[in-house]
Amino acid sequence: MHHTHKPPFIEELTAITGQDPSQCYQCGKCSAGCPVREFTDEAPNRVVRYVQLGFYEKALTSKTLWLCAGCQTCSSRCPKDFHLAHFMDAMRELALKKGMVEDEKNTVEFHKAFLKQIESYGRTHEVGMVRDYKLHTMDLMKDVDLAPTMFLKGKLSILPHKVKDTKTIKKIFKQK
Amino acid sequence: MKIGVFICYCGENIGRTVDCAAVAQAAAKFPGVIHSEDYKYMCSDPGQNLIKQAIREKQLDAIVVGSCSPHMHEKTFRKAAAGAGINPYMVEIANLREHCSWIHDDIPSATKKAIELTRIAVEKVKYNEPLIPIRVPVTKRALVIGGGISGIQAALDIANAGFEVVLVEKEPSIGGHMSQLSETFPTLDCSQCILTPRMVEVYQHPKIKLLTYSEVENVEGFIGNFKVTIRKKARGVKEDLCTGCGLCVQKCPIRKVAKNEFEEGLANRPAMYVPFPQAVPNLPVIDRSVCTYYKSGKCQMCKKVCGRDAVDFEQQDSFVTEDIGSIIVATGYKLYTIDKKPENSPIQGYGEYGYGKYTDVINGLQFERIASASGPTSGEILRPSDSKVPKKVVFIQCVGSRDEAKGFTYCSKICCMYTAKHAMLYKHKVHDGEAYVFYMDIRAGGKMYEEFVRRAIEEDDVKYIRGRVSKIYEEDGKYIVKGEDTIAGMQVIIDADMVVLATAMVAQPEAPKLAQLLGVPYDKYGFLAEVHPKLRPVETSSGGIFLAGACHSPRDIPESVAMASAAAAKALVLFGSDMLEREPVIAKVNAGTCAGCFYCQKVCAYNAIEQKEIKNRAGEVIKVVAYVNEGLCQGCGTCNATCPSKSVELVGFKDEQIFNEICALY
Repeated sequence: MHHTHKPPFIEELTAITGQDPSQCYQCGKCSAGCPVREFTDEAPNRVVRYVQLGFYEKALTSKTLWLCAGCQTCSSRCPKDFHLAHFMDAMRELALKKGMVEDEKNTVEFHKAFLKQIESYGRTHEVGMVRDYKLHTMDLMKDVDLAPTMFLKGKLSILPHKVKDTKTIKKIFKQK
Repeated sequence: MKIGVFICYCGENIGRTVDCAAVAQAAAKFPGVIHSEDYKYMCSDPGQNLIKQAIREKQLDAIVVGSCSPHMHEKTFRKAAAGAGINPYMVEIANLREHCSWIHDDIPSATKKAIELTRIAVEKVKYNEPLIPIRVPVTKRALVIGGGISGIQAALDIANAGFEVVLVEKEPSIGGHMSQLSETFPTLDCSQCILTPRMVEVYQHPKIKLLTYSEVENVEGFIGNFKVTIRKKARGVKEDLCTGCGLCVQKCPIRKVAKNEFEEGLANRPAMYVPFPQAVPNLPVIDRSVCTYYKSGKCQMCKKVCGRDAVDFEQQDSFVTEDIGSIIVATGYKLYTIDKKPENSPIQGYGEYGYGKYTDVINGLQFERIASASGPTSGEILRPSDSKVPKKVVFIQCVGSRDEAKGFTYCSKICCMYTAKHAMLYKHKVHDGEAYVFYMDIRAGGKMYEEFVRRAIEEDDVKYIRGRVSKIYEEDGKYIVKGEDTIAGMQVIIDADMVVLATAMVAQPEAPKLAQLLGVPYDKYGFLAEVHPKLRPVETSSGGIFLAGACHSPRDIPESVAMASAAAAKALVLFGSDMLEREPVIAKVNAGTCAGCFYCQKVCAYNAIEQKEIKNRAGEVIKVVAYVNEGLCQGCGTCNATCPSKSVELVGFKDEQIFNEICALY
């Protein structure tokens, strides 16, 4: 039996993740192993802390949300079985919904371009993805120096590789 | 039957919501009641005198007290009744406080309910019978299971009080984990130096029978009257002949055949060995799993060199049975095996820290051995891989402890202190070394404990970093420790030479088996359970069985010693009288109607139901019926409720008493 009502934001968040952020006891093991930690403005455990303390705006506008690569190292090592990668995912969703995206590196566009590829082919087609991303951001010349290396490594095929069952993929996207 | 009713106000506790005078007046009119009165505090001395006076003057046969819960004062009023000359079991309590005044606020309806509660108590007492407490004899001998510091302390306390003790230890020597420690917190005195005299005292004590390399095989009986079978494992050495000269150990040709358990695997030992130099008793053991003789029938070097012909390859396990009055369980703990996932266990391993993979990632007990003057490095801090002095050592707390994902929720309690001690010992021996401690919280509650941790930080310059380590990996001969300083908000990466993991204290793997043998409950981790966490912390729900030390929960040396003395005191209370008095409220079987189905035996939680043969005059068995062992029965009534033929009755709560009580309501 719950004696206290959780704040609406926490209700909204737990509805997505199924886990209450109060579960986190701030040991910092997630941040200790985070591969993008040196680029983040706030340590991952601090984003959780802000949510625990009710500083939702501070948490939602953290660039950490958009730098999270979703590698799940944090989730797999968490001593409290708190799925931080899932939490980050939900926070991104809520930031988008509330129009609070603080994203100077255009990661949202990157995510969108990535998902569009998945929706169409079931896996990424790098050339198509780069095209979409660049058209949306209009930052056409950025990272162009990477292209020859990627091409030589066979990462830039002209035609996309499709998965067999694209129908199911479409269905998954429709469900959302 | 002449019944008296006494209604208590309990100050305002009952009086606030129940009109006590009205209850007393109503009760005066109940059939059989010839005396009824109310008083402010019935449990007080004047209150009890009122009861005694009424019993004497009006020659009452039974009384009902309308007061607080029987848990609180039933004993008080029974004693008062006995003082006035009636049987104490002719007293019934109507619970007007917990069952009435505390849970209602409307005075008229609460008063009405109080009258009803009093009425049913009066109806019950009409069928009460005088009962006499059960008396069972007490064997004034204790069994202590486990010869660590807790078991040693409990055994010495009981023996010094003049009673015999059988001390059983499964390892070849007593001493337990404390004998492995280098120094002890918070005084930094040498563990061996304070422990060894006690071990010797146990060995030489005329009242202590020491059985090492032995295990409890079976336990029968009940409080004051246990019969315990102990298996003495075959040492391969005749204890009565061996003088402990050690020649056999010296001459054993397979020198480094097995990991030295005492040195936590940091050294090896021969097949014939004494666990450590100060072992008590100083007798060797043959490790049959590695000895050449047991493999090929050859060698026998130890037998050849023994001047006393004490080596006996054919020795078998033997059994002894002891009569015991009280049992103290002091089986201690184990360190969590961090390198692999234990079998059939919800506990997960700690792959990310690389214990077992990286030689210089060690556990707390291994560090104790490295720091110990009697250890494999003679007390010099040298790392296991290349015997070099580590210049940067990282200590990680809470490895296993407080880690739900790995299967533990509890705090191992001692790690904060021993990690501070380790870091301090390291800094005292390696002056130019750097020590880092990763912690989540510092739990240093205890006399001089907090001061000890502060000393490590302030005087010995140990760097404390608040955060958990994510991973340890090897790179260019260094152990890269990846952590986060959650206070500074930055990732911390340390290239360490050695890493010490403060691994969790876990229950002995055999603890649940022993607990089942003793009928003692245990938790999901295998720690044995006390009856009441605050007021009865060393007693178990099985009468006469007490707990000492880390078999109950993680605890340090001072706490273990205190608990052991407490358990010894409990055993001595038992030994204080020749006969044991027990509540007569127990089950009784009507042998005439018992059909011998033994459902009662199946449901009894205390193993109190036995089978009894009924014989005719010719001595032939005509039927087998259930029989209640008065020493074991706790009067829970489960058998009573289960019996299909209504042949079991709970004395003091007989069916007719209960039915009369209920019928009085309608």
